[in-house]
Amino acid sequence: MSTYMEHAEPGVLKKYLWSTDHKVIAMQYLFTGMAMALLGGFFAYGFRMQLGFPDHSVPGLGLITPGKYNALVTMHGSIMIFWVAMPVLIAAFGNFLIPLMVGCDDMAFPRINRLSYQIFLLSVLVLLASFFVKGGPFGGAWTAYPPLSASGAYNLTPAGAVMWLLAVALEFVAFLLGGINFTVTAMNSRAPGMKMYDIPILVWMIVLANVIFMASVGPLIAGAIMLLFDQTMATGFYDPTRGGDPLLWQHLFWFFGHPEVYVVLLPAMGIVAEIIAVFARKKIFGYKTVLYTAWAVGFLSFVVWAHHQFVAGIDPRMANIFSITTLLISIPIAEMVFLYIATLYGGSIHLDTPMLWALGFVVEFLIGGVTGIFLGSSGTDIYLHDTYFLIAHFHYTFVPIAIIATFAGITFWYPKMFGRMLNETLGKIHFWGTIIPFNVIFIPLFITGIAGDQRRVYNYALFAEQSRPELQHLRTVSTIALLFMLAFQLVFLFNFFWSFRHGREAGANPWRSATLEWTVPSPPPHGNFAEMPTVYRGPYEYGLPGHAEDFVPQNVPDSALAGEVKA
Amino acid sequence: MSATAKPLANTRSGTGIPTARLITWWVIASEIVIFGGLLASYVMHRIGHPEWADAASHTNTWAGAFNTFVLLTSSLCAVLAHKAADAHDGPRAAKLLRLTSLGGLIFLCVKGFEWTADIHEGFVLSSGGFWSFYYTLAGLHGLHVLAGMIIMLIVAADAAKNQELQRVECIGLYWHFVDIVWIFLFPLLYIAR
Amino acid sequence: MTTEAQMQAQPHVHHPNYVKVWAILVALLVVSVAGSLTHIRDVVLVAAFGVAVVKAYLVAKNFMHITVEKRWVPYLLIICLLFIFILFAGVAPDVMHHSGLHWTNPSANQAAQPAGGGVKRE
Repeated sequence: MSTYMEHAEPGVLKKYLWSTDHKVIAMQYLFTGMAMALLGGFFAYGFRMQLGFPDHSVPGLGLITPGKYNALVTMHGSIMIFWVAMPVLIAAFGNFLIPLMVGCDDMAFPRINRLSYQIFLLSVLVLLASFFVKGGPFGGAWTAYPPLSASGAYNLTPAGAVMWLLAVALEFVAFLLGGINFTVTAMNSRAPGMKMYDIPILVWMIVLANVIFMASVGPLIAGAIMLLFDQTMATGFYDPTRGGDPLLWQHLFWFFGHPEVYVVLLPAMGIVAEIIAVFARKKIFGYKTVLYTAWAVGFLSFVVWAHHQFVAGIDPRMANIFSITTLLISIPIAEMVFLYIATLYGGSIHLDTPMLWALGFVVEFLIGGVTGIFLGSSGTDIYLHDTYFLIAHFHYTFVPIAIIATFAGITFWYPKMFGRMLNETLGKIHFWGTIIPFNVIFIPLFITGIAGDQRRVYNYALFAEQSRPELQHLRTVSTIALLFMLAFQLVFLFNFFWSFRHGREAGANPWRSATLEWTVPSPPPHGNFAEMPTVYRGPYEYGLPGHAEDFVPQNVPDSALAGEVKA
Repeated sequence: MSATAKPLANTRSGTGIPTARLITWWVIASEIVIFGGLLASYVMHRIGHPEWADAASHTNTWAGAFNTFVLLTSSLCAVLAHKAADAHDGPRAAKLLRLTSLGGLIFLCVKGFEWTADIHEGFVLSSGGFWSFYYTLAGLHGLHVLAGMIIMLIVAADAAKNQELQRVECIGLYWHFVDIVWIFLFPLLYIAR
Repeated sequence: MTTEAQMQAQPHVHHPNYVKVWAILVALLVVSVAGSLTHIRDVVLVAAFGVAVVKAYLVAKNFMHITVEKRWVPYLLIICLLFIFILFAGVAPDVMHHSGLHWTNPSANQAAQPAGGGVKRE
């Protein structure tokens, strides 16, 4: 059955700005996310320059005053999580890949899909607009604790605070809409023959991430409404002198905030899973176990949130409970990583650029995970909370998620998206030029953190009780490493745009992968499949004995293989 | 893209539930945690602030009860619309959906009168803990009533032409959920205050 | 794998007497309001919330047809509700009470005094 959708060729505006085609919407999310990543990276440059070379004017930003510093760290954190990690990992890859991987022609609700991007774009514009209002962008940290975030008198960015909150709220709405669309599509629109356990892991992970997001963001939406009213309508939801409680915000925020990290982690792990299977020429070890542990992580993520609040004055009995659950959740995650390692074992490893990124993810995320143990135990967390140890920990988890897995996915699916291959040499230079500096940025920060450096302090020299002048060289090393890391991103940008025109033509399946998106042309046409596929097997049939090829695509019927299989 | 062309993705059903109804259930699930979060926050504060009882005594129980009656009746209309749609009687379904919408309008008007009276007595959003929650809870619910009414009228317009009849049940499901939220808001804000 | 067309060919629910259900709901509403007029605390609470739970169930079962829906749908909704209870359990010790092992909220304690003793603590 052909599904090339029959309609008149749309004009340029309609085709690229008003399209309902999931692939176009994916590109919109991808490019918006990449642009925001440049912005978020630029802000990191700003505050790290201040930390590495205090009180020197920063090229491009001038002198970093305390207010500017606060705004930079707030915007860096907010942008990287809400406007880079989520749109790229979930919206871009999800939009592009889900219909292709499950074998249908678009999302179940294409117009809702378009609407979700438009709302997302609006959130971006509101956030960017906040840079130009009186007082500048919000400076109360991405966690926006009241009373600081509720009172313009405290945060000195009253307009920016309101706009930040509105931008975040709009982003939530966009992802609720988009996420529900993805979930319905993955549940309902699969090709005939694709049963639950024939679905590629990435699709499962994105769907699970969306479900986790949807279930956890509700209370924060409620909390955001209350914060907005505190900011603008003189209510006292979080004001203890008026019957409110600032801790309520913290709880509502982190009830979402902790599941949120798994919302971004699971798609990243899904991307890594797909790549490992292809480049080890081996099926995922324990597909069902990967799934069940992912579900376990999803559920457990809802009962660990207060480990972000151990020193906030919560009930100490709660601290006991949350310590236990936090340490427990490391088990299913570790299990998933072991399963990936087991997949690699005995495989025929090809170290192409996507595989380098996937392996890099595993190694770096492991470091992030084990350092989390010290923070998840309330006893040690009392010392380590809000130090640079924490910052290094979450960058060792977030950078693999938002940067490493993203590059893994881009380098892997670029041929499918754009019909061309990226340059391998440039890809490898970019990889090493990112990974090595990344470690040089954050290992010194583990050290300064254990030594006691507190986060969100713009200049240690001014805080005698926190001043450790002998550590300044470590802070400087970290900053210089960041400069190298940022410089190497130019290699990627060049490769990305240059290969549009000059990359080797990719063909449909340059990586010889078994999943459905590689059975269509690169890039796929509107409607995706000329003949809607039927699925006959799972997604990772690699290395099967008795076949001429070392992989069998999902949509090839057994009868077509009859001549190759030895009885 | 043609406004009515549906992708193949929309017409399949791996779960056995049509896509429109499936997405409605997911929307309801997400709304449960939004309202649940706000309600839980209110309950915590209310139990911890017994002194709010004085402020809370000023809510108008009769207005609340009448509004509950209105919403229940509008829910009846919505489910009868579903029955009509199942019988492929689009015009009847449209009529019933419009009646449901009317119920929503009555609800909002009564709320308007109620709040006007409250504001005249000096009780506004910033009048203290109870009132802040009261207006936020009822306001968020009211926004959902308004949104539901608008979508319902759009669905009714199509249903009157015997088009997209499956949406009648879906908007009905959403409406019943909004009704259920009010079923809990009414005792919380008007009875056991 | 069914198609939309196949599913719309036959309705998936049996329609009960909706007016009868509505009448029961209205009667329950009357009960809850009557309960509130007694001003006996326990009667008021049971009438208010007990009735609310029953009404919600009746709407869900008879109007939303949740009992003839695929089993996982009500389970999903119940799990969402469960998360709210988890939220409540984790937050109430901090927000509902006004003092703990090492802290007090003096404004809240003071404000609660006129109501006669404030929060009952365990």
